Amino acid sequence: MNSSVIIFPGSNCDRDMDVALKKFGFKNKMVWHNDSKLPKSDLVVLPGGFSYGDYLRCGSMASKSKIIESVINFAKSGGLLMGICNGFQILTESGLLPGILLRNKYSEFICKNVFVKINNTENSYFKNIKKETLELHIAHNEGNYFCSNNQMKEIEDSNQIALFYCNKNGEISEKFNPNGASKNIAGIFNKEKNILGMMPHPERMIENYLSGEDGSLFFENLINNLQ
Amino acid sequence: MLVTEKVAIDHGLNKEEFKKICDSLKRIPNITELGIFSAMWNEHCSYKSSRLHLKNLPTKGKKVIQGPGENAGVIDIEDDDAIVFKIESHNHPSFIEPYQGAATGVGGIMRDVFTMGARPIANLNSIHFGSPQNKKTKNLLRGVVRGIGGYGNCMGVPTIAGQTSFDESYNGNILVNAMTLGLVKKNKIFYSKAAGLNKPVIYVGSKTGRDGIHGSSMASAIFDEKVEEKKPTVQVGDPFTEKLLLEACLELMAGDSIIAIQDMGAAGLTSSSIEMASKGKLGIKLNLNKVPCRELKMTPYEIMLSESQERMLIVLENGEENKAKKIFDKWNLDFAVIGKTTNSKKIELYFNEEKVVDIPVNILVENSPIYNRKWKKTKLPKKNKFKKEDFKNLKITNVLNKMLSNSNICSKEWIWQQYDHTVMADTIQKPGGDAGVVRIHGTNKAVAASVDSSATYCYAHPLTGGKQIVCESWRNLISVGAKPIAITNCLNFGSPEKEENMGEFVECVQGLGEASKYLNFPVVSGNVSFYNQTKDKGIKPTPSIGGVGLIKNYKKMITMDFKTIDNLVLVIGKTEGHLDQSIFARDILNEKNGPPPEINLFNEKNNGESVLSLIEKNYVKSIHDISLGGIMVAVAKMCIKGKKGIKLKKPNYLINQFEYLFGEDQARYIIEIEKENFDKIKEILNKSSIHYDMLGILTESDIFIDSKSKVTIDELIASNTSWLTNYMSK
Repeated sequence: MNSSVIIFPGSNCDRDMDVALKKFGFKNKMVWHNDSKLPKSDLVVLPGGFSYGDYLRCGSMASKSKIIESVINFAKSGGLLMGICNGFQILTESGLLPGILLRNKYSEFICKNVFVKINNTENSYFKNIKKETLELHIAHNEGNYFCSNNQMKEIEDSNQIALFYCNKNGEISEKFNPNGASKNIAGIFNKEKNILGMMPHPERMIENYLSGEDGSLFFENLINNLQ
Repeated sequence: MLVTEKVAIDHGLNKEEFKKICDSLKRIPNITELGIFSAMWNEHCSYKSSRLHLKNLPTKGKKVIQGPGENAGVIDIEDDDAIVFKIESHNHPSFIEPYQGAATGVGGIMRDVFTMGARPIANLNSIHFGSPQNKKTKNLLRGVVRGIGGYGNCMGVPTIAGQTSFDESYNGNILVNAMTLGLVKKNKIFYSKAAGLNKPVIYVGSKTGRDGIHGSSMASAIFDEKVEEKKPTVQVGDPFTEKLLLEACLELMAGDSIIAIQDMGAAGLTSSSIEMASKGKLGIKLNLNKVPCRELKMTPYEIMLSESQERMLIVLENGEENKAKKIFDKWNLDFAVIGKTTNSKKIELYFNEEKVVDIPVNILVENSPIYNRKWKKTKLPKKNKFKKEDFKNLKITNVLNKMLSNSNICSKEWIWQQYDHTVMADTIQKPGGDAGVVRIHGTNKAVAASVDSSATYCYAHPLTGGKQIVCESWRNLISVGAKPIAITNCLNFGSPEKEENMGEFVECVQGLGEASKYLNFPVVSGNVSFYNQTKDKGIKPTPSIGGVGLIKNYKKMITMDFKTIDNLVLVIGKTEGHLDQSIFARDILNEKNGPPPEINLFNEKNNGESVLSLIEKNYVKSIHDISLGGIMVAVAKMCIKGKKGIKLKKPNYLINQFEYLFGEDQARYIIEIEKENFDKIKEILNKSSIHYDMLGILTESDIFIDSKSKVTIDELIASNTSWLTNYMSK
């Protein structure tokens, strides 16, 4: 399976994603934001970081960079496109996913492990995944998901919510919401479920010695689904 | 502007220094030249009060590749890998503008490290604030933490450990010390020594603005009522540009184009150009019209003294300009050829085709003033004799809860959760342990780092305090299973012009020199910050020590959380029950006098090395060094982390229970072991004549201190975690 990770100026989880993809069997290429063509890919990843220093709004400048046009075309033709953290922000800024990511409720950067409950397994990302609740890691300042009531209705009607923040037992409540996100949303899909945006970083959870191993489950499952 | 003695004094120079300048130039300097002298000769850049004493520190060792004198120190971690590291202060700016002051402190130290060719892999910090009751403290803390996070998070470098303290002596002068570790291949280390004639001198990075002019002079003076007016001297940071600068520099460094490179830190273009020329015994000629400027009509004086951030000066090989420019263009950074190296041994600056500065480099550097300041020795205070009545009304469980919520002992999670500590996906020990640990990417090795200071001990007796911090740093590294290699120090003191403060400096340095020599734990880099003083009141002497150690097999790293019920818990090292200067004596008994705990370097080394060998043999399941709050606080923290309880044995000592459990004697560790290994461990300890106590046995969830006293884990967690969060949300 071929994957591509896009590097924007200010991306800083690009290497971590590269390491994770390769570890689970992807042939990964790093793609510079100023290129216009994507290499042949089964999966394209917009990594975390601070693209363009978060200037203007997080993800907004990156959503106008040169490579984005071919990324949009790739996704529109059904290709798998995943945005993690800042990548998620780029996806909402470029209009590929509905809503926006606001500043965390208590206006502080949060770096810690959280639990997320998988809401929809009928897609290439979570089909056959062995757990309902994953322990993943978040590290962000703007992860407070928000959208209009109409958008929310559409998202729910089309079953577009991918992940909810929850506790160890999968219980979803405001108590386990780290950043104030509407309805505890940690990740969403587009209608077709080939585009996934999520705040947690699975690439930081691929070893027992790091924050945990549920990221491994995610990547293993993903490549199995693609093969 | 005509330069007179008064103008020189306004620049922070004294009469004698001004006379020395005029005599060596054989004329009166112009205003730009005077600005350059004031920047180079202030305390911050010239180390004029400290040089004499720093030269006694041990700086060499088998593992030392580069000691003090470069942008950062470098140590060997085998297999052609090296670690570049340094700690630096950004105290004065952080008090005036906490966010930007702290942020640019972090930016500056990272630049020092990647200037040498190393990719930063970990950040640490040591931050000290006034009393929690002081009305400024909360905002300063919030701003500093956001600033450190804002810069480090954006750079994508994990902040893996730190230290925070509160003490009223910092009410008017907070301390912000930032440390960075970088990884480099031994044969790809870059230095600041220029070489060769007519080599192009290149300016890269951000444009130069009017921010930070005279920043380093500000850091060389005490604060007064008008401190707020100094805001314009604080630099403004842009971590995004620094991230681009990092990637661009590393890309250029992969080739062979660079002869020398130096970041523009304190005193900006002035100190960077002069340092490169001085080390290479060359001259340097710059055309200031070529310097990329952010603001209109900047004068040579402003250009030379600006402390705008994210800038570098590079001496390139001839003919490499285009190749280099391409890289900086790719990263959208300014690139300008601004001058060349010469054989004049002078710094010659041109502006509008006119020579505006002409100074022999040696006058600025080698002839800079050096002072043997008067200093006063601190006598060892008399020990307090505590009586039975002193403890009569104390209930041990209440004392423990109170200690755990003490501002200097409580959990600092509120702080480190705001730092990205897992980016780069190699952090295997997060903040909150004895030391942070990151793997060397793609290998089985890991480096551990910690930062420590003990101002209370240093204030009570600087010589003992100086030794103590080095020992504490050494213990913290051992407590994660690392072999300590070297240290960096950030020496924060009051005014060197006061005999008491100078004495604190001299004796602390002497103490840390003795300890680091004995432990073979050399000093490879550092920085001195004097004048942490408001009017007459200086801070408590606060040397911060950043220690670095190596774990050859990261799977042998060890943490402090208690692991398994029924395991045994031992105290390694002898407990004498030293209460003077302990948190218990100061905060529970309200006794602030007395000497700090005595340091026995032999025991320190012997105990540490033996513990390390027990870890090597996989006998140690969890470990924590005993520091503030003594045995009881250390054990409580291990219980909290591991969510386990413990049943303590009655100590068979003649000393009081409070002295035993809360005394802060040094060279001690708490270790968890399996019952079946006890005999083998005993044998190893006996062979090295190491004293140990059987402290207790692990239980499910309660802590039984004695037959009458029990606390639950949940209670301890609440005491330990709530103070800071509550304080910051009020």
